[in-house]
Order: sequence, then structure tokens, then C-alpha cells
Amino acid sequence: MTTSTPETGYRVETRTRTSRVAGLAAIVLLAGLFVLPAFASRGLIQDLFFIFTMLTLAQFWNLLAGYGGLVSVGQQAFVGIGAYAMFGAVILWGLDPLPAILLGGLAALALAVPFGFFAFRLQGAYFAIGTWVLAEVARLVVAQWRAVGGGTGTSLPRQATETIAFTETIAQLLDVRPAAARDILAYWLALVLAILAIGGIYWLLRSKRGLALAAVRDNPQAARSIGVDGQRVKWFVFLAAALGTGLTGALIYMQKARISPDAAFSLSDWTAYVIFIVVIGGIGTIEGPIIGVLVFFLLQTLLAQYGAWYLMILGLVSIGVMLAAPRGLWGSFSHRTGIQLFPIRRRLTGGRL
Amino acid sequence: MNWLDTIVQGILLGGLYALFAAGLSLVFGIMRLVNLAHGDLIVLGAYLILLIVSLLGLSPFVAALVALPLMFGLGYGLQRVVLNRVLGEDILPPLLVTFGISVVLQNGLLQGASADTRRLPTGDIGVASLNLGPVTIGVLPLLTFASAVAVIVLLNHMFYHSALGRSFRATSDDPVTASLMGIRPRMVFAQATGIAMMIVTIAALYLGMRANFDPAIGPARLVYAFEAVIIGGLGSLWGTLAGGVIIGVAQTMGAAINPEWQILSGHIAFLLVLLFKPRGLFPRAFD
Repeated sequence: MTTSTPETGYRVETRTRTSRVAGLAAIVLLAGLFVLPAFASRGLIQDLFFIFTMLTLAQFWNLLAGYGGLVSVGQQAFVGIGAYAMFGAVILWGLDPLPAILLGGLAALALAVPFGFFAFRLQGAYFAIGTWVLAEVARLVVAQWRAVGGGTGTSLPRQATETIAFTETIAQLLDVRPAAARDILAYWLALVLAILAIGGIYWLLRSKRGLALAAVRDNPQAARSIGVDGQRVKWFVFLAAALGTGLTGALIYMQKARISPDAAFSLSDWTAYVIFIVVIGGIGTIEGPIIGVLVFFLLQTLLAQYGAWYLMILGLVSIGVMLAAPRGLWGSFSHRTGIQLFPIRRRLTGGRL
Repeated sequence: MNWLDTIVQGILLGGLYALFAAGLSLVFGIMRLVNLAHGDLIVLGAYLILLIVSLLGLSPFVAALVALPLMFGLGYGLQRVVLNRVLGEDILPPLLVTFGISVVLQNGLLQGASADTRRLPTGDIGVASLNLGPVTIGVLPLLTFASAVAVIVLLNHMFYHSALGRSFRATSDDPVTASLMGIRPRMVFAQATGIAMMIVTIAALYLGMRANFDPAIGPARLVYAFEAVIIGGLGSLWGTLAGGVIIGVAQTMGAAINPEWQILSGHIAFLLVLLFKPRGLFPRAFD
């Protein structure tokens, strides 16, 4: 955001030189990631797909909790409903899974309206458990939906997964099997979604709305006194996060091609992990979840064979981070060095005294 | 179908939920802390009682007596070492830390006690029942309900007629002023969590005798406890009992119609109360 006042030459800026350099580096990195499927193994593509989808979920949770002050423990409801709407559209209407993903996002958006209506009646910590209850209700209701397998779940029909739009083109272009082409398609979509999430959130935070959001989070009364409608800001963030989470959920399950209520509405997979990612990386920063998801993936790769120990260690690490460095890894680093790759703080620059 | 019987069973089940909820309510009332690990601590209590039962060959009731001071110590230590450090204006750190504790407890129990379902031995009392015409009341559910009432009476008495309760109320109202009067809020918080853990132990005893448990069932207990607290209204222990009873009756009635609807109907009862009485049925506290 740049507002200039010609008389004095002062400008309010959020960009810094570091952020410009980081922006250029990001463009190079992203270009590399886009062409990666031409060389990379299928395993690496699947790993990166996991990283990108978790990153997107983490960014949206961070938007809710870190910027909006809305600690939701029920985001798995939107992953689940997005995934189930996608499955429903494919199985019942014979839709191609690709457009069905969009439908998944819209379904999550639609669910967010009654969801928010109930959850916003609860404050603070009670909001957290309230969203959890609502997610449970969503899971239990979906488990009654016989057409998509009820409590045991179902798979995407073969003819649907084999004919997903663009997979044939990708298979021919990169000379890979159809199954690998589907993974590559999912990878690209996950990459695009992650970019849109980060870009969109960054844009939002630099806009007037982002300023209102920070004001409501830091002091709702003071924000109200200067005319910020806190409730509206919160609704906006909640709906945006639901849409993004629903799209991600639908995409994840397009790639998995198999769904069950317990998996799609899993608290630990879609909310607990996401919370760890954000907390370890640094809540209330855009860089935090990026660092967090890399740490998370590293820990998972190193410790996955130890089963329950892995989750215990993850829990202990996040408790330790919360006690010793509540800003998280990136937050502490940024606090010490002043480096911000996605600066949102407004600074006064230019002009003469 | 015997509706009267279903309702009576639901009311008695509500006693168990009130026991789940009382500790949560106590801690929230005094330090505005919602402990997301509350359900997992109940499950931990059940395992502790089971351990004492199998090590010392005691009856579960005696084992629970042995577990009481241990759980008090656990709660006291947890509050002093961990939770006191994250209490403050920002609700995020305590939520995230207790969420971390919940995950650690679940997986620690999974590692230490496996995923097998367990049950506390109940002996004769588990199958004993009173036959009252159309309604048959199990002795164990009746004892659960009586314990819930006793816990609430004792808590209320402690709150309003003891020095400890006075310090609890003072700290709840204003920790800074209370500390001017010689109260040490951090100590009070630790005592409150310790007492909450003793209630958790009682809840764990009846949970373990009533049904099977395994390391993963904690979060659902937290949710029932939370629903009971919200339905009852913040700050009212009798309200919490009423909330537990409403959840219990909704669940048994839902289950009587279709076993798959048991949990769902409890949640729906909660949402209905939230819809029409967002501050609960008997609200006392304003926050």
C-alpha cells in the first residue's frame, strides 16, 4: 500500500528492500517449482503436494487465529465438507473432479454461514471448543450420508479418476503414466492454491481491511471507537478461511481418491498438525507457516517410524516453543534481526524533516 | 419402548457428564483457562486407577482414594510449572499449550498402555440394580449421580464458606487486588487446578467402571463437559449439573430412536440451547 502526499514527499510504505529481494527470489523459486515435475520423481512430487496443501491449511488457520484472534479447533469441518462435496458431485452428478473441487470450496463457504452463526455466540476459548463441537456435528451428519458410503466411506469411481481434465495432456507432454499425471496435476493445483493463499492473505493484510483486522484483534473496543465493525471483519476472515480450507480439502481428496468421515474430518490431521505448523513456525506471520511446514515435514520424515512417539515429540516441541519462544521460530528470528519477508507494518518514509 | 426408563437413564448419565464438567468449570471460573487436555486428564486418571488396582489389588474405589492426592499433585505441578507461565490477556498461549498437552497425553498413553480398550473391575456393584416398577436403576449410575451431587454441594460449600473459597473468589474477581490482601494468585491457581484434578479422578473412576476406555476417548469427554458447562451457564455449578442431565437425556433418547444418533442428539441439544439461550440456562458470571 502506498499513499503519497505530494506536498511533503512522505510516504506510508510497507515494502522494504529485503521484501523486494525476497519477492524476486520467490518468483525464481516458484518458476523452478512449476517446471519441477518434468525432472522430479513421483515420490518427491507427492511429498511436495503434502507440503503445499498443509501450508495452505496453515496459512488459513494463521489468518484466523494469528490475525483474526479466532482460535478455531474445527477447521477439519471445512476440509471434510469440501472433500465430501467434491466426492458427491463426482459420484452423484458425474462431474469431472476438477470443477468439483470448486464446488467443494463453495460447499465449505456455505457451511461456514451456519457454523459461524453458532460459533460467534461463543467468545475466546469457548469459541475454540464450540467450533470443535460443530465439526463433530458435521462429521456425524456426513457419516449418515449413505450415497457416499456413510460411516465407512467410499472411493472415487475409476472412470472419474482416469479421465480428470488435463491428465491426458500432462501424461503425453511429460511422458508419464496416467496415475503419475494425476499426481502432477494435483501438485500444480496445490502450488497454485498455496500461492493464491499466501498472495491473497498478504494482499488482505496490506489493505485497509487488514488494518481493521489487526485493530480488532489487538483491541476490539478501541477498534470499535474508530468505526471498525469487528463482527463484519471477523465474518469476512472466517468465510475466507472456510473457502480456502474447503478448496484445499477437496484437492487433497481428489489426490487421495478415497474418503471416510473419520479421515476427512480428522482433528489431528487437519487441525492439530496445522496448529503445530503455525505455532512452531511463528503465529501471526506469513513466513511462520512456511518455516513451520518445513520443520513439520522434516520431523515427520525423521520420526514417522516411531508412531505415537512422533506425535508426543511434536506436542512437546510445540509446548516448548509456546513457553520458551511464543513467537515461534520465524517470529523470534524476525524479532532479533528485524528481517521480514512479507512486511505488513506501515512505515513512514521519504521526505525531509 | 419405555420412555420413562430412557429418560431416567439419561438423567443418571448426566451425573457422569456433570462430573466431567465440574473440574473444567472450576478452573475456568477462577483463572479463565479452558483446559483442552481436560478429557485426556480424565482418561489418564482412569489409567492411574487401573494401574493401582492391578498393582495393589485394591477395589477401584480404594484405588481412586489413593489416586486422589497423586492427581492433586499432578494438577498442582502442571499449573505451577507450565500453565501459570502462559496465563495472561492473550487466550492463545494457554489454548495451544493445553492442546499440546492433550496430544502428548493421548500418545503417551497409547505408547504406555497400547490402544486396547480397558475397564475397571466393578465386581457385584456393576450389575446390581434397583427395580422400581417400570424403571430399573443400576446402582452404579445412581452412585455416579449421587457423587456428582455431592461434589457440587462440596464445591459450593468450599466456594462460599471457606477461606480457600474466599481466596478463589477474590482471585477470580481481581488477582491484583487479591494479591494486595496477601493472596498469592499463582498459588491459588495451582490449588484450584489440583482440586479440579481430584474431581477429574472421581469422574475417571465412574468413567472407567461404566464403560470401556482407551487412550483416544479423551477429546469426546472434553466436548461433553464443555457442552454441559455452556448449557448450564458460566459460573453456576448446579447449572452444570442441569447441563449434564440435558446432554445425557438427549443422548439416551437419541440412542433409543437410532443408536447412530446418540452422540449427534447430544450435540444438537447443545446447539439448540446455544441458539435460544446463548448465555446458558442459569448464567451467573458475566464474561
